[in-house]
Amino acid sequence: MKLTEQEVRHVAELADLALSDDEIARMARDLDGILTHIDKLNELDTIGVEPMAQVLYEAGETATLREDRERPTLGTTIALANAPLSGNGYFKVPKVIER
Amino acid sequence: MMTIDSIRASLTSKQVSAEELTRQALAYAEAENPKTNAYLTMSPERALAAAIEVDKRIAAGEDPGPLAGVPIAIKDVIVTRGVRTTCGSRLLANYMPPYDATAVTRIEQAGGIILGKTNCDEFAMGSSNENSAFGPVRNPVAPDRVPGGSSGGSAAVVAQGTAVLSLGSDTGGSVRQPASFCGVVGVTPTYGRVSRYGLTAFASSLDHIGPFARSVKDAATLLRVIAGRDEMDATSAFAPVPDYAASLDGKVRGMKIGLPREYFENLESETGDLIHRAVEVLKKLGCEIREIRLPHTEYAIATYYIIATAEASSNLARYDGVRYTSRATSSETLGGMYRNTRGEGFGAECKRRIMLGTYVLSAGYYDAYYLKAQKVRNLIARDHAAAFEQVDAIVGPVSPFPAFKLGEKVDDPLAMYLSDIFTITGDLAGIPCMSVPCGTTSDGLPVGLQILTRHFDETAMFRVADAYQRASN
Repeated sequence: MKLTEQEVRHVAELADLALSDDEIARMARDLDGILTHIDKLNELDTIGVEPMAQVLYEAGETATLREDRERPTLGTTIALANAPLSGNGYFKVPKVIER
Repeated sequence: MMTIDSIRASLTSKQVSAEELTRQALAYAEAENPKTNAYLTMSPERALAAAIEVDKRIAAGEDPGPLAGVPIAIKDVIVTRGVRTTCGSRLLANYMPPYDATAVTRIEQAGGIILGKTNCDEFAMGSSNENSAFGPVRNPVAPDRVPGGSSGGSAAVVAQGTAVLSLGSDTGGSVRQPASFCGVVGVTPTYGRVSRYGLTAFASSLDHIGPFARSVKDAATLLRVIAGRDEMDATSAFAPVPDYAASLDGKVRGMKIGLPREYFENLESETGDLIHRAVEVLKKLGCEIREIRLPHTEYAIATYYIIATAEASSNLARYDGVRYTSRATSSETLGGMYRNTRGEGFGAECKRRIMLGTYVLSAGYYDAYYLKAQKVRNLIARDHAAAFEQVDAIVGPVSPFPAFKLGEKVDDPLAMYLSDIFTITGDLAGIPCMSVPCGTTSDGLPVGLQILTRHFDETAMFRVADAYQRASN
């Protein structure tokens, strides 16, 4: 196996995903198959090849920056409208700091 | 069959009002939808308000716009103000966006009528539409089969006639593959051609919004409306947008068409036969056919599933139970709330991709996976650039096989990924590509011909597709 269940648990923690024991086992199997396929890339010599992070454009580097000007914002009422829990104009989350 | 032109003619000759037409379209869509589950949400209030606006413009003698009165469906990963947008996810089952995607705004400015939102794989991750939290979509052509994915609902509504046009999104083939499975036209424009503002981010360097239609001409008209620079998307291109539909004269004599050898090896026989027959049609129209090589094709899936999942793991971090998703109530701590919300909310495929993406970006693996994949992406882009020094367009299959049965591939994620082989390369290279129907198998299942051209040369792509569609009708 490419990844032990221990490693899968570590990655799930990095990704903030709660996974059941069954999901962990299944994930280890699925990722093993996919990562084995991905190993194919090691057949290729990529020394000296530039990484392509974005489809390239002829436009200059700053050509796509918009003008920096004030614009109306959504406002708190609209911005909070989809929040599962809000109050006093804020998003509410479980307590982080104990006093 | 309704087209943009036929609707325009009946509106301007006062045979019908946009409002009447919209009421009929809404009623028909609602009545037919249980057969496919293609629509998740209808937007009658918004549709009727837009229709009344079109009627006012016509009554005042004004130009009602290039999409006047045309019923259009929007994939549910594209946000619509005040109309529920779920992204096919339980996490967003009640999400009401406070703004419109630029493509949606432009459609309404052009007189288009937004009928509703279409089903899709959760966050556009899938090739069969079986990863939707709201149930799969059935293929209107063969109800025991998948419509393809991830834009399965958007392909299905056009095939079913419950919308005349629709928008989908394509990151690894999610417009072209369902278009081919449902027998409609589906277009993935050049990366940056259409603003992504309001398109829920999956893999930002690969995401495209693209149109579905019955005819090439209608797809070209819709693309022209939504294309062009938008200051809300810094990657949207400044390149001027030509009048694609006006250039469609059916003449392709002398065009050089490349057939990639790698696309025709091991191709399922019936799909292969139909593609070869379509190539014969292009030859008869005067195209010069050449074999070309895209030598890195076999590395495309590995490359894609590293880059797309890496970007997705970052983009999907925002669904944390704080701002717009539902929240797991079972936890007392902030970290526990995040983990439980995401663990309960995401479906299996999203979890798989978040995990893979997180792994390939994690400490010690970045160079081996992510950086390597970006380099191979460059090699794939160079393959295409080299091919376009010899030919004006590349043609081949969209999918190695036609629509498969519901449930057939759900338990084998790698097999599902491997079926994206021919559509992924176009997204990685960022070039325009589309699917145009090229006949059906002996079982009556549609097959799509893929056409790919140079960056920003959608015109050549539409010309080939339109000439083929005219000749084959």
